[in-house]
Amino acid sequence: MSPQTVLVKGARVLGGEPADLLLRDGVIAELGQSIDAGDARVVQADGLVALPGLVDLHTHLREPGREDAETVDTGTRAAALGGFTAVHAMANTDPVADTAGVVEQVWRLGREAGHADVRPVGAVTVGLAGERLAELGAMADSAANVRVFSDDGRCVDDAILMRRALEYVKAFDGVVAQHAQEPRLTEGAQMNEGELSGRLGLRGWPSVAEEAIIARDVLLAAHVGSRLHICHLSTRGSAEIVRLAKARGLPVTAEVTPHHLLLTEELVATYDARYKVNPPLRTADDVAAVREGLADGTIDIVATDHAPHPVEDKECEWDAAAFGMLGLETALSVVQHTMVDTGLLSWSDVADRMSFAPARIGRCDAGTAAQGRPLAVGEPANITLVDPSVSRTVDPWQSASLSRNSPYEGMKLPGQVVATFLRGRPTVEDGALT
Amino acid sequence: MIRHLLSAADLSRSDATLLLDTTEEMLRLTEGRSVKKLPTLRGRTVVNLFFEDSTRTRTSFELAAKRLSADVINFSAKGSSVSKGESLKDTALTLAAMGADGVVVRHSASGAPYRLASSGWIDARVLNAGDGTHEHPTQALLDAFTMRRHLGDLDGRKIVIVGDVLHGRVARSNVILLNTLGARVTLVAPPTLLPLGVENWPCDVSYHLDPVLPDADAVMMLRVQRERMNAAFFPSAREYSRRYGLDARRFGLLSDEAIVLHPGPMNRGMEITADVADSERSVIVEQVSNGVCVRMAALYLMLAGADETADDVHEGAA
Ligand SMILES: [Zn+2]
Repeated sequence: MSPQTVLVKGARVLGGEPADLLLRDGVIAELGQSIDAGDARVVQADGLVALPGLVDLHTHLREPGREDAETVDTGTRAAALGGFTAVHAMANTDPVADTAGVVEQVWRLGREAGHADVRPVGAVTVGLAGERLAELGAMADSAANVRVFSDDGRCVDDAILMRRALEYVKAFDGVVAQHAQEPRLTEGAQMNEGELSGRLGLRGWPSVAEEAIIARDVLLAAHVGSRLHICHLSTRGSAEIVRLAKARGLPVTAEVTPHHLLLTEELVATYDARYKVNPPLRTADDVAAVREGLADGTIDIVATDHAPHPVEDKECEWDAAAFGMLGLETALSVVQHTMVDTGLLSWSDVADRMSFAPARIGRCDAGTAAQGRPLAVGEPANITLVDPSVSRTVDPWQSASLSRNSPYEGMKLPGQVVATFLRGRPTVEDGALT
Repeated sequence: MIRHLLSAADLSRSDATLLLDTTEEMLRLTEGRSVKKLPTLRGRTVVNLFFEDSTRTRTSFELAAKRLSADVINFSAKGSSVSKGESLKDTALTLAAMGADGVVVRHSASGAPYRLASSGWIDARVLNAGDGTHEHPTQALLDAFTMRRHLGDLDGRKIVIVGDVLHGRVARSNVILLNTLGARVTLVAPPTLLPLGVENWPCDVSYHLDPVLPDADAVMMLRVQRERMNAAFFPSAREYSRRYGLDARRFGLLSDEAIVLHPGPMNRGMEITADVADSERSVIVEQVSNGVCVRMAALYLMLAGADETADDVHEGAA
């Protein structure tokens, strides 16, 4: 037997009955009860839940350009620790990932680091400037095999440009992932607009600025018959629009971030910029709505929007601080806390929302490096073992990320990723990087 | 007494009353004397940390601190603006090293004084001298003090505040403080210049000025920048003045005892006409002189009792 052969013993597959999984040559070779270990190295997994390796559709790895905040290497280390075997690296780097050259560079850095598959997201427009289409086809045809296109950080607000992008990516089964933010309604916006923003004297980011773009794009996607993906949906109204779109059978998908599942705008009253994020933290009613939406399938997936920033970009006045929060290492814990422990999702649903569905949307669920595949014999051995019975206090200073801007610092969250396997090779074992 | 003065909401009714009573005392002690200095804060260091230009407010705080014999350092951080300059943290650490006992901070970013006070970077007492579009608590105190001098106890008094509530900080602090003191506040502005959720503030809201004037005990006109019309907050300066400006006709709707306030600087001809601003019931100039006494009271109450080592406190003002 090859040295990579591992026998995972007694894991609850998708939260079900305990079973053994034999991982050999990068695939699940056997799955069943009391599998003979032979020469395989045994990983005891009593009480652990086995999930398919998690897939993040929305990660900011910051490389190239902001290697002081994160690199492909450190970001994917954090991903592995969080149970991810694949991340989609957002395009708002410097230079912007708007050419085949840049996406291939990021893809190659991911391969070299080896902690998780890196699937680059291509920019929709050149330089994220919202003026003309980037060479979407060249990025799709490149070694990086790009299928998700997004100007994330900025909204493709020009209606004709959005229409053309939606149409154009049909040629290679791509999807446009929209950061829905009407720019004029959000000039200088700092936090959710409501009574609290009025009291704190911070410029409001109204929910209508998100909802108006989503409504328009749903109609555009319907008109041209294209796939549309909504990034970090954060309001009740947005969930309602997507629910309506799905009821009409439109190919619209949506994501919610862990922080929008858990945190509310009240945290902003501290003026602590760790809580500054885009879209902003919303109200408790919005949190309830996005949880419902994730539970009933209106919202297809959880995506982290992991957004590392150096300390000096957060330890300052609110207005001057950068938008964004870390998310990779805490995502599964937040989902367990908000969705599993509340009875809204089963572990099998979690596998869907954090692995199967994101891989399907990103079109990385087939081929040699397929992700988000079922835990079944012959499938790639991308597996996350999580211990749902333990809890831990979040300490960003222990993070594998180069940045420390976790909004969960000091919070006690349930669940701990014990091991992550990428095509049969452990990237994390005993809760630590291998 | 409170540790920091960041928001008018930090003040309970008894805190606020003590502050106003102490202001009265400061006024008495500094009025009509040849020596206008009190030894109360001798040996204490007060830093005026101004990230935003405001000669009026800085001078007022400076004068207040000096009349209490404090050492005053003017630390103008203007130019080191939010986006490019020296960080708030570095500045705080510098001031801590200087041994600042009190920091008076003015900043264009809402919440900056709050960050300064709560971050652990500095041990000093923090006084908010205006932060972004958030608050300006000492302005509210001097307004309340000025009103109290003319109207007596503010409990049940009707105060009308007119103008740009959205972009200003004075209205926010005034609504909170006046409500704490038992007054009934009505905000008057076009809907575009009111923040979302204002209906839940502890005040009434009116889009029309004329109907609320006859009952008012005091009217405070807020500065409205003409340039706001470029962002469609109102169609033109002329229309704004016509609908919300305090002119001679509207002045005539007020009762004979009602007073007129303006936190300044005034846009004469925009929110207030010159004849009203200069009338005998305008207390605008008085607001400025009361400002010094209010700030003396705040500095005294927050710094003089700050710790036991201040032996000279007791020979002080009160
Ligand atoms: Zn985004």
